Amino acid sequence: MNKKFQWDFWAWITLLSIVIFGLFLIYPLFSLFLSAFQDATTGAFTMENFTHFFERKYYYQSMINSFSVTACVTVLAVVVGTALAYFMTLFKVRGKGIVEICIIISLLSPPFIGAYSWILIGGRSGILTQWLAGMGIEFPSIYGFAGILLVLTLKLYPFIYLYVAGAMKNIDSALIEAAESLGCSGIKKVVTIMLPLITPTILAGALMVFMNAMADFGTPMLIGEGFNVMPVMIYSEFINEVGDQANFAAAMAAIMVLITSTIFMLQKYVVNKKSFTMSSLRPLPVGEMKGIKNVVMHLCIYLLVALSMIPQLVVIYTSFLKTNGAIFVDGYSLDSYRTIFGSLGTAISNTYIFSTAAMAVIVFLGMTVAYLTTRKKSWLTDIIDTLTMFPYIIPGSVLGITLLLAFNDDPMLLSGTALIIIISLVIRRLPYTLRSSSAILYQLSPSLEEASISLGASPLKTFFKVTAVMMLPGVMSGAIISWITAINELSSSVILFTGATKTMSVAIYTEVIRASYGTAAALSTILTITTITAMVIFFKVSGRRDVTL
Amino acid sequence: MSVAITADKVVKRYGDLTIIPQLTQNIKNGEFFTLLGPSGCGKTTLLRMIAGFNSIEGGQIRFNDQVINDIPAHKRNIGMVFQSYAIFPHLTVRENVEYGLKLRNMPKDEMKTKVDKILDVVQITEYQDRLPERLSGGQQQRVALARAIVIHPSVLLMDEPLSNLDAKLRVEMRSAIREVQKQVGITTVYVTHDQEEALAISDRIAVMKKGVIQQTGTPHTIYTRPYNVFVATFIGHSNLFKGRIEEANGGKAVVFADGFVLPMSTIGEEGKIGDDVTIAVRPEEFSICGEGHGIKCKIKTKVFLGKYITYGLDFPDDMLVPDQPAIEYSQDLGHAEKVLEIGDTVYLKPNAAKINVFRADGSKSLMEGVVENE
Repeated sequence: MNKKFQWDFWAWITLLSIVIFGLFLIYPLFSLFLSAFQDATTGAFTMENFTHFFERKYYYQSMINSFSVTACVTVLAVVVGTALAYFMTLFKVRGKGIVEICIIISLLSPPFIGAYSWILIGGRSGILTQWLAGMGIEFPSIYGFAGILLVLTLKLYPFIYLYVAGAMKNIDSALIEAAESLGCSGIKKVVTIMLPLITPTILAGALMVFMNAMADFGTPMLIGEGFNVMPVMIYSEFINEVGDQANFAAAMAAIMVLITSTIFMLQKYVVNKKSFTMSSLRPLPVGEMKGIKNVVMHLCIYLLVALSMIPQLVVIYTSFLKTNGAIFVDGYSLDSYRTIFGSLGTAISNTYIFSTAAMAVIVFLGMTVAYLTTRKKSWLTDIIDTLTMFPYIIPGSVLGITLLLAFNDDPMLLSGTALIIIISLVIRRLPYTLRSSSAILYQLSPSLEEASISLGASPLKTFFKVTAVMMLPGVMSGAIISWITAINELSSSVILFTGATKTMSVAIYTEVIRASYGTAAALSTILTITTITAMVIFFKVSGRRDVTL
Repeated sequence: MSVAITADKVVKRYGDLTIIPQLTQNIKNGEFFTLLGPSGCGKTTLLRMIAGFNSIEGGQIRFNDQVINDIPAHKRNIGMVFQSYAIFPHLTVRENVEYGLKLRNMPKDEMKTKVDKILDVVQITEYQDRLPERLSGGQQQRVALARAIVIHPSVLLMDEPLSNLDAKLRVEMRSAIREVQKQVGITTVYVTHDQEEALAISDRIAVMKKGVIQQTGTPHTIYTRPYNVFVATFIGHSNLFKGRIEEANGGKAVVFADGFVLPMSTIGEEGKIGDDVTIAVRPEEFSICGEGHGIKCKIKTKVFLGKYITYGLDFPDDMLVPDQPAIEYSQDLGHAEKVLEIGDTVYLKPNAAKINVFRADGSKSLMEGVVENE
């Protein structure tokens, strides 16, 4: 065996992944940053776009808004998620299984459905608002900062819950017993042992929450009203047909990517310094809460779950209401469903086709590229490994804009095609599948592959007959989660779609903007049911009761 | 089917680091050949070069007359048994064994006969439809062996196959492996760091250190006539004494540092009168004798092991080669005239026919007829 280069399957995969990430991620991102430094009319180099942003309160306020709301959401989600994980793991909670399923459903449901149904409940003409108004009570406004905070916290605390509950299951009870034997008890035990043990996990979860909250477009767009945040600002500047605002939008996008990457690096640095691995021989014992404390604990947990589930339930309920045009009237009907299957049928089929196509590509690339970067290490695969980190820090709307800008002209005219939407889905989700595939590969002993080769199978045959077969269950369960996020994806699709490539989430968004709540509810119901079905399949495939995203 | 293997000036390098500098060794057709050495000595590296999982940076490896340097692993027709067994967890026992045969497009009925036969040979017929995770370590080992042998490989390569088993099963499995190997008559290269296992199982052993073969020979030769001090101390225990060759009654004798003279008839040409030497005495090569008939020492420790009692001995420092972990005398309880106690002073006589004499630096044996490569 010599080290001469061979133009084999793996060389093709290397080339393919470099082309995909280079062409659809690096090149567009680079041209975006470049256009951020260009004058809109002359194309000359300028800092004008950035100074423009920092000179006007209208613009830089959106950055302050983004920061403040994201920080508040992160803190709240961490508090709520950690507390929930603490009680759910250490105490007997009635209906624990159902509570967990509900939490996962609310995590995986389309992000903006929360915003939209809270408007249905507490908006100007919301159910609750009108009911209270009938009794002469004025309901506080749900729009703006408070609304975003409410919706995003309810949407994102499950991240923290799943992370922390997972980490707490890995705490060996001997650690706690050791603390007790040394004379440590009660609250001190929690603060000096438990909390430090789960801190890296909390930080990792907090990053997920921060990134999601920062990048979220649908929620602030619907419920934010005057409260402008960056993704909304970028979107509206970009979509703005009046004047040439693309360069300015690019500058804002660049600022945003700078912020997210800074946070990302900071978190990496902190976690690397504090990380350790735990494996538990004997998990912590489950205790029982007594008396009034027990009642309060159950009430809090049920209230939280109810709040998380209300959006789904409201949406499903309103989807069966009778409508007259855009207005709800008394009685029930299936009109909304008739309407969407008539006029928005392609949106439904598009959603399934795009996300399934994306999933197929993700599974194939995820397995092969993970194999490259773990088993065939070279400087080239190291580059690929680094490239695949990028999508973590690029908000969906920014990715959408970069793709649109880069592929708007011949010879690479892709805008308006289904392909560009599928590509954006692949780019956004591939990194997650890659990480999990690599993790699986590290668990597989290379001697399994060597055994196959020694028995006469070529390395490529070995990959498909042995390695891939053993990776598949793990990869598939990850792919189902990717599929769920793909069908619910809004922030990049809303920029990339055209009439023919509309997806369900985009259709919901446009219907809500048109105040056509009945059809939006019907579409959301279909999405929710699809999500739950896919989740059931996920649990069957993976044999697990938890989700990693 | 089975082949002889020749390693001819083989070199293994990782970047600037040379793991194996110019190693030459032949392995005979049908032989059970063991590579033995401490961890990091390059034995597994060499095995994986034969298998084709490690590249060869210099020299040649040949199967009979065919140079295999550039033949990819999957075309070398080797059978390999791994330390971790590497049983495919998604296939049943039978499917694991069939795997290699299917790749060779063997007709169904012929395959069935072969698989049935090999399952019977390694005694796992009753588990053939189970998934590997439901097998014990020993049973998994048998599957790995069957899977490797059933394809009728040119050579069978085994990389520490028994190291994950418990002590009792290890002994049982090593005779099973030996038996199957003889039955099939296949050239086998076996890697281990366990000297007892190597002695029990091999036709010939190559003792390796830092990528260099120190000695190749039968288990008996390696133990009784080690080529150098490393082999003498790595295989079993040897107590090392400083000494000199002198003339006695017209023949040769070794003189210990305390003046005790032991006439020897086994020293070869190379051991000249007046040479400083290192004398290696195994714990069981001492016998208790009267004052003046042996070397004087004190009993420091005593460990009762059933069949033997092992005493730790205290000698004056200038009698010994420095930096030895322990100086021991094993007393066979079957022939023990009297049991010694800690603190006793005793005279011990080395068995002149059995002990070994080396150059003072320990690099080479001075005994008659000892060769590096047997």
